[in-house]
Amino acid sequence: MNTTIMLFLLQDGITNGAIYALLGLALVLVFAVTRVILIPQGEFVTYGALTYATLSSGQVPGTARLALAMGIVAFGLDLFAGRRALHAKLIARALAIDIVLPAAVLALTIWLAGHHSPIGVNIALSLVIVAAIGLFLYRIAFQPIAHASVLVLLIAAVGCHLALQGFGLVFFGAEGQRGPTVSDSAFIVGPLRFTGQSIAVYAITLALIAGLWMFFGFTRMGKALRATAVNRLGARLVGIRTALSGQIAFLLASVIGAVSGILIVPITTLYYDTGFLIGLKGFVAAIIGGLVSYPLTAIAALLVGAVEAFSSFYASNFKEVIVFTLILPVLVLRSLAAPAVEEEKD
Amino acid sequence: MNAGGNTLLSVSSAHIAYGKVEAVRSVSLDVATGEIVTIIGANGAGKTTLLNAIMGILPLKGGVTFANQDMARLDIEDRVAAGLSLVPEHRELFGSMNVEDNLQLGAFRITKAVAAQSLERVYTLFPRLKERHKQLAGTLSGGEQQMLAMGRALMGAPKLLMLDEPSLGLAPIIVADIFRIIGELRASGVSVLLVEQNAQAALQIADRAYVMELGEFILNGPAKDIAANTRVAASYLGFTHEGASVI
Amino acid sequence: MMPRLPIIVFALVMAAIPFIPGVPPFWIVLLDNIGLSALVAMGLVLLTGVGGLTSFGQAAFCGFGAYTTAVLTTAYGVSPWLTLPLSLLVSGIAAVLLGLVTVRLSGHYLPLGTLAWGLGLFYLFSKLEFLGRNDGISGIPPLSIGSLRMIDPGTIYFAIWIAVLLCALLTLNLLDSRTGRAIRALRRGHVAAEAFGVQTPRAKLLVFIYAAVLAGLSGWFYAHFQRATNPTPFGVQTGIEYLFIAVVGGAGYVWGGVLGAAIVVILKELLQSYLPYLFHGEGQLETIVFGILLVTLLQIAPTGVWPSLTVWLPFRPKRKRPDTSLVLPARIRPAITPDVLLQIDHARKQFGGVIAVNDVSFDVQAREIVALIGPNGAGKSTTFNLITGVLAPSGGTISVLGKKVGHAAPQQIVKLGIARTFQHVKLVPDMTVLENVAIGAHLRGHAGAIASMFRLDRADEAKLLAEATRQIERVGLGDQIDQLAGSLSLGQQRIVEIARALCVDPMLLLLDEPAAGLRHMEKQQLAALLRQLRDGGMSVLLVEHDMGFVMDLADRIVVLDFGTKIAEGTPQAIKTNPEVIKAYLGAVA
Repeated sequence: MNTTIMLFLLQDGITNGAIYALLGLALVLVFAVTRVILIPQGEFVTYGALTYATLSSGQVPGTARLALAMGIVAFGLDLFAGRRALHAKLIARALAIDIVLPAAVLALTIWLAGHHSPIGVNIALSLVIVAAIGLFLYRIAFQPIAHASVLVLLIAAVGCHLALQGFGLVFFGAEGQRGPTVSDSAFIVGPLRFTGQSIAVYAITLALIAGLWMFFGFTRMGKALRATAVNRLGARLVGIRTALSGQIAFLLASVIGAVSGILIVPITTLYYDTGFLIGLKGFVAAIIGGLVSYPLTAIAALLVGAVEAFSSFYASNFKEVIVFTLILPVLVLRSLAAPAVEEEKD
Repeated sequence: MNAGGNTLLSVSSAHIAYGKVEAVRSVSLDVATGEIVTIIGANGAGKTTLLNAIMGILPLKGGVTFANQDMARLDIEDRVAAGLSLVPEHRELFGSMNVEDNLQLGAFRITKAVAAQSLERVYTLFPRLKERHKQLAGTLSGGEQQMLAMGRALMGAPKLLMLDEPSLGLAPIIVADIFRIIGELRASGVSVLLVEQNAQAALQIADRAYVMELGEFILNGPAKDIAANTRVAASYLGFTHEGASVI
Repeated sequence: MMPRLPIIVFALVMAAIPFIPGVPPFWIVLLDNIGLSALVAMGLVLLTGVGGLTSFGQAAFCGFGAYTTAVLTTAYGVSPWLTLPLSLLVSGIAAVLLGLVTVRLSGHYLPLGTLAWGLGLFYLFSKLEFLGRNDGISGIPPLSIGSLRMIDPGTIYFAIWIAVLLCALLTLNLLDSRTGRAIRALRRGHVAAEAFGVQTPRAKLLVFIYAAVLAGLSGWFYAHFQRATNPTPFGVQTGIEYLFIAVVGGAGYVWGGVLGAAIVVILKELLQSYLPYLFHGEGQLETIVFGILLVTLLQIAPTGVWPSLTVWLPFRPKRKRPDTSLVLPARIRPAITPDVLLQIDHARKQFGGVIAVNDVSFDVQAREIVALIGPNGAGKSTTFNLITGVLAPSGGTISVLGKKVGHAAPQQIVKLGIARTFQHVKLVPDMTVLENVAIGAHLRGHAGAIASMFRLDRADEAKLLAEATRQIERVGLGDQIDQLAGSLSLGQQRIVEIARALCVDPMLLLLDEPAAGLRHMEKQQLAALLRQLRDGGMSVLLVEHDMGFVMDLADRIVVLDFGTKIAEGTPQAIKTNPEVIKAYLGAVA
């Protein structure tokens, strides 16, 4: 094998793998806290990427409207759920988060339309829009059935995926889009060319992973989230609202998804339905990590990226077959290593 | 009916059902400030169900008032904030987190300053927990886990601590320790509602007792009188008193 | 017993529909599609709803069925009726190969594993040359009987729905049998089922193959109905949709699968035909509305529509009281020549660095009640798990009747006549007391899956149920026999577990905290039953915390603390043993 090709493929694999790692981490996080297998993770990626691309081209993204619409529904649900103990503070909080925030964001995007707004503003707006959608998605679709079985939650997740993908087509059309790069600089080390964008991918991935690690290890809310993941009833008994934990988990996952999308949309053309496949590959990594281990997931993601890069070079026709069958032996090994005595659960 | 002091918790004509099966029927109970009240009865009589419903884990028809506040519409989390705390039968610890994290999470609803004081107090009450503060909760022995569960509940500075079968599965020698600590809690101003199968130990420590059978209270009164009752003695204590009172 | 009348009525209605004048042909197409989906969903009901194995990959098995017949009929001119068994066979073989890997997966790995091979197979279908890559295969001949060519949807309708009804009946028969009980026990974990001799991996593989063959059948019909195949309907998206059908209908119910298929197929059709009018043909609106409706439906009926519907139905299936005059032959048991039934010699179990059982030795003699006491975490339940083969010892030997059983599986231990109950009750809550207890007699019945499907198992089955009934009456739960196990109190559930263990016809009974949850009076009744069993020749080894109960009942007591045996002797000796008082009983005893 030619060393240059190998290094090039490896570089490509690591860049993709970094994205899969982020998505895998988000999936693990959401599953641990809410037991939802987040199939719509891919839509967060597409929404983030295409919202950013749309904003950059000076238009108003449909996602901003969707966020407001979902916020209105969430507001209704908040009022309905709290109907027997309504008080001003609750209403004000719900109003601020569910309606004022997405309305303000929508107003801002409309005001910015036609201008060439700076990249930083576009990124920030995209993140806020997708974060709001993630938060409301949990509030609307999952919070009312938070106690249902993993299977039911999974089917609900599929429903969300279908609906969000449908909206994606309405908002962004069937055409693929690309977004502007964060940085156009590039430098060369030996045979490899590093673009500013790929450096940004590495740096932001590392920063996010470090940030998550600190959040879960040292902050009260992070520990509360972990507690919810370990023992839901125990968490409720010390006064941690599992609904809030779920919302935060979805918020984090949607932000992570959107960041991933914004990072890759300058490199690859994204379509309204590309996210699903990207999400699934993050999923493969998360599965290899056993849906519990963050470090294993990150390593597995790099592996998935590398396997994908190499197989697309040598057997591009069977790239997906190889990536998805890759996890079967891993799953078997993991199952064999699992303890023989089952835990006392339904 | 109270031994004295203000009524802290009052449950009136409570019905609790699992689907169509009524597990608890028309039950009324109250606990005064500074009191230890016990509910005895066989497992399956509805004691755990009642505690869980008071905590808001299960829906309850009827009234629950705690510290002059109507609990009926509140979630578990709000009841915790109101000063109600439950140490459930299965303890529900955060097994993969260490002892100190478990305790700190117990103080989730209160300020950091108050939490520091709480931690101090819990460590004095359970020196064993201080020794093991870096150990994972899941690796503690049964007795230590019970202590941690009680400690975690106390971290939130509750007004009423509800204990569900604290002696379950523990060596009799550790049970004695746990009951000694429950006694100390009363001295420090925490009221206790204790559900126990070990009727003998529970009746020794409690001020008042309720006897539950098939989802209903069949008897209540001062713990001493209950212990002396023939029917209770025969079905729960496993011996008969000479000349004990007849219902 | 299943109610016959509603099924016959349903069959007649379905048969009559095409003859009703004015039924649009398009309705028949819909019904054909419903039938095709119902076949797959029925398999999923068995696999996921009943057996607890969630699969995203069912659509791939449809693909095996469809592509097999497509290739054989177009490239080799084989008659469709000859390809039917071949299609089923190929789906079945694929299921065996994938199943051997898949059913070994535990917990959440399993559904994710199916997702993985589901995706892989989809891409394989769409890349292989001889399957026509993305374009698929067209020009598949229609089904025909003599000169009747089933080209139009109205004729294949009968073939499809006869298949649906037959498969539903066979599935219902299978569920209501010895094998069916084993399958229904899978969802609650494998430990309890294995303790009564169920080969859980084999049972899982069986449902896996069964579901795959049903999917293959659906695929075979699909190929001849559409007269063309391509990879799209066999991808993971469709696989997820089948799962969705089963969940919406009610994942635990065979008719729920049919109902779910009807709901989903009709809903999609309505959305596709009417939404464009409402919203002037804006892109993929139907997926959006479909997704939203799906989530809403789950919020309204999380357990599916069928169970919410049957609550309103007037008929309630009533099971006949089993005929207790039927006798199940006693298990062939070796004569107990040595007095030592069970010998535990320096048994040791280590989990990582923790020693749960540390060189423990004791024995149980014939006609003896031995109690194992000690605080929680002392290693009592672990000792039980070592004896019953749930865990393999790290050292030492365990012998039954002088024969070493070192690493025997639970299914082999129960064959030796050792039956157990569990500290945390392991009954199937949505099965009746009778059905739960009958699992105990699993090894004493012989009927297999095929016999059950065709109702050839009835004589065998009647004897099993008679035995179960006798044991239920023996422990005093005769009045609760038809109640769901989950509706009993925890104390009663423990007694049901004892009845289930007695169905093994054991020589040694291992009881893990049998008296927990019982009142004093009930404890005395339990003690009386156990004494009666001992006097009848059975031995009992029990773990219990109620010292009064233990001291009163046991012939001998073994005390464990931190995994080590600290004392052994008669109740009197244990009560006064200073070490036991120090470590366990405390001063009060």
